Amino acid sequence: MLQIKNLHTIAVDDGSAILKGLDLNIKKGEIHVIMGPNGSGKSTLANTIFANPRYEITDGSIIFEGKNINDLDTTKRARLGMFLSFQSPVELPGVSVANFLKTAKNNMTGEKINLYNFAKETNELMKKLHIPSDALDRDLNVGFSGGEKKKMEMLQLLTLNPKLAILDETDSGLDVDAIKIVRDGIKMYKNSDNAVLIITHSTKILEGLDIDYVHVLVNGKIVKTGDSSLALEIDKNGYKDYLG
Amino acid sequence: MAKTQVSIDTNIYNIKAKDESILKTYGLTEQVVREISKLKGEPDWILDIRLKGLKLFYELENPTWGPDLSMLHIEEIATYVKPNSNMERSWEDIPDEIKNTFDRLGIPEAEKKSLAGVGAQFDSEMVYHNLEEELKSKGVIYCNFDEAIFKYPELFKKYFMKAVPINDHKYIALHYALFSGGSFIYIPKGVKLDMPLQSYFRLNAPGAGQFEHTLIIVEDDASLEFIEGCSAPGYNDLNLHAGCVELFVGKNAYLRFSTIENWSRNMLNLNTKKCIVDAHGKIEWITGSFGSKISMLYPLSILNGEGATCEYTGISFAGKGQNLDTGLKVVLNAPKTNLFVDSKSISKDGGICTFRSNVDVMKNAHKANLALSCESLMLDSESKSDTIPFNDIRVDDITFSHEATIGKISDEMIFYLMSRGLDEEEAKALIVRGFAEPISKSFPVEYAVEMNRLINLELEGTIG
Repeated sequence: MLQIKNLHTIAVDDGSAILKGLDLNIKKGEIHVIMGPNGSGKSTLANTIFANPRYEITDGSIIFEGKNINDLDTTKRARLGMFLSFQSPVELPGVSVANFLKTAKNNMTGEKINLYNFAKETNELMKKLHIPSDALDRDLNVGFSGGEKKKMEMLQLLTLNPKLAILDETDSGLDVDAIKIVRDGIKMYKNSDNAVLIITHSTKILEGLDIDYVHVLVNGKIVKTGDSSLALEIDKNGYKDYLG
Repeated sequence: MAKTQVSIDTNIYNIKAKDESILKTYGLTEQVVREISKLKGEPDWILDIRLKGLKLFYELENPTWGPDLSMLHIEEIATYVKPNSNMERSWEDIPDEIKNTFDRLGIPEAEKKSLAGVGAQFDSEMVYHNLEEELKSKGVIYCNFDEAIFKYPELFKKYFMKAVPINDHKYIALHYALFSGGSFIYIPKGVKLDMPLQSYFRLNAPGAGQFEHTLIIVEDDASLEFIEGCSAPGYNDLNLHAGCVELFVGKNAYLRFSTIENWSRNMLNLNTKKCIVDAHGKIEWITGSFGSKISMLYPLSILNGEGATCEYTGISFAGKGQNLDTGLKVVLNAPKTNLFVDSKSISKDGGICTFRSNVDVMKNAHKANLALSCESLMLDSESKSDTIPFNDIRVDDITFSHEATIGKISDEMIFYLMSRGLDEEEAKALIVRGFAEPISKSFPVEYAVEMNRLINLELEGTIG
């Protein structure tokens, strides 16, 4: 589904090299995890896959469902069926959750959605995620707690139902509730036709998930790939074996 | 970031009816003023006011602050344009050319939605005025301003020019020399209108000046919501709008005065508005300022009675080559008076938005309560936004808060929205509409829709 070949990126503002030849291959039905110490390029990877203009690809390619997407902008990449759950989602004053979900869904599907069905589906998803129904009228993320913001990300993930979900959870400071929300969201979303990439610092988020691959990212490159036991090992010993 | 562009149909705001006016007067001389007065068959005391206004206009200087008005040459402005139509009672009687314009602007539709009454001004004269019979029977007056001179001379004399004096500034003097058309509304004591009255102004003739006068009297315990919409199609000649609004809100009375202005980019909009509020009365100004080359607009509220309230909710949007200088003036002249201000501005492509607030809290305004909030959003780094507060406070037992924030659309917001499938232009539009939302929801629904459409129009090509 997603193939990344020899990816090199620089930060646009200071030209510094961040990813230095990264390879990754995610197939339908798989859950991948990327772990790595601070500054290894974890967040850059998520941003580069989504064409954040702050990063520039200097070499290599990103291929989604057989198509090179290096030159596509964020919008076009999203519309191919990719979703990024943000570490710190933005606040949108004056834009209600309902309006936002509807706008995003319309844009993703490229057609006017059936409002009645959409409202029904949204309500069911909100119940599953334990979001009170009056949240629909609130401005997206404005005054929301960390946990509520995560719920909004998961609600969007389930509403937009992409082919590939990338979860940027690089911050180690996530509270227990937020971690559980993300974990439950992934469980609800995951099936044999889609795929997940979790970028994280902590292993707590992985508990109870059926992880296929764990990759260790150090200094812009994947230095080791293993199964879920690798995550446990890192949890115990940290990254010291992979540094330098 | 990729450059994308959506094209939005701008036609509806750019309908130019063929200029079929039967009389057009250029420039400003005593002869012109006398001619206008004679044509209207006015009494001498009105003519005297006009001549005094004319004299003052030439004596007074342009303001020494704010936007530069030196490009305005009155001899190039058509000071009076009489459309080829007399006052009509029924929509069907309006000439097709004029009707088409209004039809396309959706005026009759608005009335169909049972707005209590509609007045429409095309160029200088009111062409259509209608008021439900039921309101007439309650003593409500809603008529063309010029007509009121003849039909309600006592009321007219009692209130005309009592809020806005002739020597206030250069362009109000000009207004009094040339005033023509506008609305006259009288709501008797205790009458509460549960449907808004609305008026629509449109400047169709190239280089035309519009000097409508709106006079609204809301007697004690009465209540009214009034909505005015203004627009002009895009011509190359400079247009001038120097209207005047005088409002009187009685004891315990309520007036909501909503304006959506959408002028063409060659318009100098120098409007003067003033409201006098008696004890426990309330004036609510709701303003959406779009278009124009220069706007200078600062409605003044004088809170003369204990517990009187002024609420101001306004939004302005300045694009390329536009200088929108807006704000408000308030005099709190009695105890326990209240002022609440919520102002927002959006500027893009080098547009300038300035918000001036001039607040006088007088010695007797004990326990007054003031809360002002000004927010501006700049869509790029060439655009400008400024908040200029001036407060003169002569009493110390008041509550006063003033918040001003200036923001930009962050790259993070755009990236987030694009990752949800919106293109860059839609992302910006969503953010801007969200910013404007607290204001647009103050308007009745048709106008809120209209405002969102205007915002989209303004945003068109932002990224191009």
